[in-house]
Amino acid sequence: MASGYDRALSVFSPDGHVFQVEYALEAVKRGTCAVAVKGSKIVVLGCEKRSAMKLQDTRITPSKISMVDTHVCLAFAGLNADARILVDKARLEAQSHRLTVEDPVTIEYITKYVAGVQQRYTQSGGVRPFGISTLIVGFDPGSEEARLYQTEPSGIYSAWKANAIGRSSKTVREFLERNHTPSLDRPATIELTIKSLLEVVQTGAKNIEIAIMAPGKEVEYLQSEDIEKIVEKINSEKDAEASTRRGGARGGNAAAGGSAASAQGAEQVLASRPAGEGAAE
Amino acid sequence: MRGASILKANDDKTRSLNKHTLMAFVGEAGDTVQFADYAQANIQLYSMRNNSELSPYEVSSFIRSELAKSLRSKNPYTVNLLLGGYDAIKQKPELFWIDYLASSAPVPYAAHGYAQYYCLSILDKHHHPDISFEQGMKLLRMCTDELKRRLPIDFKGVLVKVVNKDGVTLQEYPEGEQMYAP
Repeated sequence: MASGYDRALSVFSPDGHVFQVEYALEAVKRGTCAVAVKGSKIVVLGCEKRSAMKLQDTRITPSKISMVDTHVCLAFAGLNADARILVDKARLEAQSHRLTVEDPVTIEYITKYVAGVQQRYTQSGGVRPFGISTLIVGFDPGSEEARLYQTEPSGIYSAWKANAIGRSSKTVREFLERNHTPSLDRPATIELTIKSLLEVVQTGAKNIEIAIMAPGKEVEYLQSEDIEKIVEKINSEKDAEASTRRGGARGGNAAAGGSAASAQGAEQVLASRPAGEGAAE
Repeated sequence: MRGASILKANDDKTRSLNKHTLMAFVGEAGDTVQFADYAQANIQLYSMRNNSELSPYEVSSFIRSELAKSLRSKNPYTVNLLLGGYDAIKQKPELFWIDYLASSAPVPYAAHGYAQYYCLSILDKHHHPDISFEQGMKLLRMCTDELKRRLPIDFKGVLVKVVNKDGVTLQEYPEGEQMYAP
């Protein structure tokens, strides 16, 4: 081994950037989208699933949502293989914490640990940073208040009410900023999560995965039929809204003339496209 | 009793390793809890990593290997164990007798310590493979009655836990009920 040499890849560029970390963030941006939303006494994780190939067995293909401990759920965006390593380290720490202090980890503690590991991989020799961001959710032992944290490849961690990571996360985050209210109940939280994912997931229900956590309960994965139902409900609401708006617009169009009507039409196709299959127009 | 101190009587000398497996331990003070907690943490880590539970037999193999490793180290654990569990796949209960020399044996009934000299003969006489839960509790009552009568030290009662398909539960075990051998 070439000991004595500087083996660190992540060093400062002259203008103060650490490029390897920024490349890692780029890998996160190319990963599939993950969303988390806090409600009152509930927290929901939603993930975009890559569409599976014909012969792939989707039932036993690993998912982007994994349990760190019985009360801590983690979703990631970025390189799947990197996530496996990081999740395994988090699981080990969760059990090790139980063994040493006879208490389950708090969500903040395990977030700090995960972020700590990610930071270490930006500063040590012979390694590269983790190409993943994570959303860590759950309930502290004995607490009824949901927790939601995000970690990044640089080792930054932050607490959120609702957040998204991965592909088009900016769009989703802006949607959440417009629509999130504190003290959402269970159905509203689930619906908001799916709605926000539909902003970027074109293919609808079969590419969405939902995990729900409530205080003192085991994690619950929503069945694909149930997701389908909620997606249909959201789509029909959107269609109804669009048609009432179109009805109002038509009155104006009669006066304004045909060219305005066609321009309006094109705009509406764009507006309803995120809703998914078979845009109504 | 004479003397300034008495031993704690209601100490829980068991650990749930996963949903369907319970381990009871006796031996050197300190070693016991240390080893039990260590085994518990590792079995739970396995469950989290693989999203599945080890069967009681698989757990017993892990524990036996850990004790075998320990036995050949500088400072071995002196812990004897009883490992009871319900195999959710085979839908059968299982019991393992394990000692600090890393012997492990599947058995229909088991006891460790001084008490086994009083209990095993009763169990041997009255146990049969297709025993019901109620009959099992009666058999346990016969054992504790025997201990109450014959154990040279003050017998402070027992803590009873039941493992079945629904998991591990604490079983009420009222003092003073007598059960005579039929």
